[in-house]
Amino acid sequence: MSKQRDEAQAVMKQHMGLKASARISNTVIYVILILMSIIWLIPFVCIVLQSFRVESTYQVGYVIPKQWGLDNYKNLMNTNFPKWYLNTFIMALAVAVIQTIIVLCMSYTLSRFRFKLRQGLMKFMLILGMFPGMLAMIILYRVLDDLHLSGQYGNSVPGLILVYVASSGMGYYVSKGFFDTIPKSLDEAARVDGATRAQVLYKIILPLAKPIVIYTILTAFMGPWGDFVFARYVSQMVPKAMNVAVGLQSWLATDTMTHNNYTLFCAGGVVVAIPVAVLFMCLQRYYVEGVTGGAVKG
Amino acid sequence: MKIQSEMEYLKLSKWHKFLYRLLSFFKAIPKKIGGGFAAIGRFFKNLVLGIGRGCRDIVATFVKGDWKTKLSYVFMGFGNIARGQVLRGVMFLLFELVFLYYMIFGGGVYYLRMLASLGLQGPSKEYNEILDQYTVVPHDNSFRILLYGVLTIFFVIAFLYTWRANIRQNKIAEEILRSGKPLKSGRDDLRSMVDDNFHKTLLALPLTGILVFTVMPIFFMILVAFTNYNAAKNDGFNNALFTWVGFENFKTIFAGEVNGVNYSAAFGEILLWTLVWAFFATFTNYFLGVFVAMMINKKGIKLKKLWRTVLILTIAIPQFISLLYVSRMFALNGLVNGALKSLGIISQSIDFWGTPTLARIMVIVINIWIGIPYLMLIATGILMNIPADLYESSKIDGASGWKQFSKITLPYMLFITGPYLLTSFTSNMNNFNVIYLLSGGGPTNTNPAISGAAGAVGYTDLLITWLFKITTSGESKYYLASVVGILVFIVVAVISLIVYSVLPSVKNEEDFQ
Repeated sequence: MSKQRDEAQAVMKQHMGLKASARISNTVIYVILILMSIIWLIPFVCIVLQSFRVESTYQVGYVIPKQWGLDNYKNLMNTNFPKWYLNTFIMALAVAVIQTIIVLCMSYTLSRFRFKLRQGLMKFMLILGMFPGMLAMIILYRVLDDLHLSGQYGNSVPGLILVYVASSGMGYYVSKGFFDTIPKSLDEAARVDGATRAQVLYKIILPLAKPIVIYTILTAFMGPWGDFVFARYVSQMVPKAMNVAVGLQSWLATDTMTHNNYTLFCAGGVVVAIPVAVLFMCLQRYYVEGVTGGAVKG
Repeated sequence: MKIQSEMEYLKLSKWHKFLYRLLSFFKAIPKKIGGGFAAIGRFFKNLVLGIGRGCRDIVATFVKGDWKTKLSYVFMGFGNIARGQVLRGVMFLLFELVFLYYMIFGGGVYYLRMLASLGLQGPSKEYNEILDQYTVVPHDNSFRILLYGVLTIFFVIAFLYTWRANIRQNKIAEEILRSGKPLKSGRDDLRSMVDDNFHKTLLALPLTGILVFTVMPIFFMILVAFTNYNAAKNDGFNNALFTWVGFENFKTIFAGEVNGVNYSAAFGEILLWTLVWAFFATFTNYFLGVFVAMMINKKGIKLKKLWRTVLILTIAIPQFISLLYVSRMFALNGLVNGALKSLGIISQSIDFWGTPTLARIMVIVINIWIGIPYLMLIATGILMNIPADLYESSKIDGASGWKQFSKITLPYMLFITGPYLLTSFTSNMNNFNVIYLLSGGGPTNTNPAISGAAGAVGYTDLLITWLFKITTSGESKYYLASVVGILVFIVVAVISLIVYSVLPSVKNEEDFQ
């Protein structure tokens, strides 16, 4: 009798021990996660706080402004910033539309059709991708210059759109992986019913591929906001022709001890980051789907 | 290590298997290189044979064909029009006209002729009678000659291919008519564009873009590596000529110290750091990302969505903002030094970006901040796919949490994400943004022979940022940039080749369908 009770107690104890150890490990995890969240948030909190600083526009060693105000945001309007913003926004819209069409064409074809050069084409693009893209930039800049599409002629937007969009067919992997998961029997059934290949795409595949279409649009839209290299090359550092990345970087590029556009940079960064981040957060679900699918299917 | 049969191989431990594959890969290299040459040889043999067959066919079609076919040899598409396929015929004819116009009036012949010398006469001042003054006459421009020469070669190949297609069409049309069947009409052709030949329609735009904006520039830049093209040689005003120099530029890179600049040492040092950086950037992100994903996914952890959302912020906010800002946070008079000082931990600012080793550690650590969220997302997706019964049965067998991780989770993850690891390694090698926006490649190398190798080469410079510095600094030695670009390609290609042949999970794409 007592032995039984001892055993029961031992089991209870073990159970309690498990629970306690689970509680400890969960506590540890919570601590780590909270610490990580703080580290992840600090820079963004700091940039917002510093964008409200009025007393000086230099970089300083403290975070909380001594004097709050919207001066930096007002001053932004008197710089080239609105022009940069407009440039980038136009590019982002155009790239989102055109790049999505190109990527979908490419990935759908490579997923669904079996033609003679398909394997060769995919291998060829794999090899092409191993060349650093910056190499092509040197000559593309000269060509755009010849076509009067570079910053020297005051407007680099059309040229940059062309550069962003033209080779986007090479980024077909993620959406091809998605198309591969849509059963081919759907296509075949529709073909038997007399649909052309084009009708199969518009009426059957595209509605099913909505997540990947949104993913493609989202990544295409976010590209121009962060592009630095190509925009710098093509704009040739002509103020009117820059995008936000090149423009804001030019405010910080001068010596850190002397430059005085630091808070202006913070304000500009906040104005750029908020809409992009909000859009991203709204469409987060699709992004996650695309990223995980892409990595799993290779 | 020698293995006779598959059974023996299967009996080996995991580590031995890997070692065995690695060894057999290196043993197979001579054979593979031989095989590669054989494949290239076969390719050219087939090409020559194919051209030979094509020529015979062209002659035979001419001899056997009727007058419509014969006339098509000169006027492309004539046979199509004469037989009622107006749409096709007009397209052929138009293409021929455009080609001829370009070759004769658009300068095609001139560019081809000049390709060997890249131009003979630079800009000169000549007397202009109308303006009554001396003006600059441009004459030959090597850049244009090389660029349009390459384009012209592409165009000529396309023309020859189309011409051949035109002849074949005539042959086929004659055969069809002889058998008494009707030819395809223009309407049929249009319909096939959205049906049987839909893939050609879909690929036309993307492939043209890739051809013009990727293939052509790469081809051009490979050629530039064999010239002495820099900004001074072709500035568009006073000088416009550069020439072929053979392998001179490759010699420069591998020659050691010349005139106080040591390109070989710079290349070696930068390559080594590039590989070290790519290794750490890939694997720290990978393991920490998996770790974070497992923590968030653990049963009993609440607010999963909140944690994820906070981490994802670094993906949502454009990198140039977050990276530039963080870079300034660690500046001499930045927030971090300010905070440490006011807390009394240090009395003098730490020079995060001015100390070589510290700067290198900083870029890797900050890259973790940027990179973990991606891996967390990917790992979360994969972790959910691992069959739950694997964990349950292992738990019954008494496996600890660590054992479960090392025997189930990690192997599964590695198997599935093998190709992803490879691509992220190579893309980290070319991770321009993180390095350039954080440290700008600095601090500058203390050895003047190395830092002099184009635009202040620094301790955190990757090959790709070096390439950028070469093209944007003073002389803009484009020829050296192309050589570096080619070397980057070779390094990436070799690494990919090795990893692909050692990797267990190179899967058949048809498996998913």
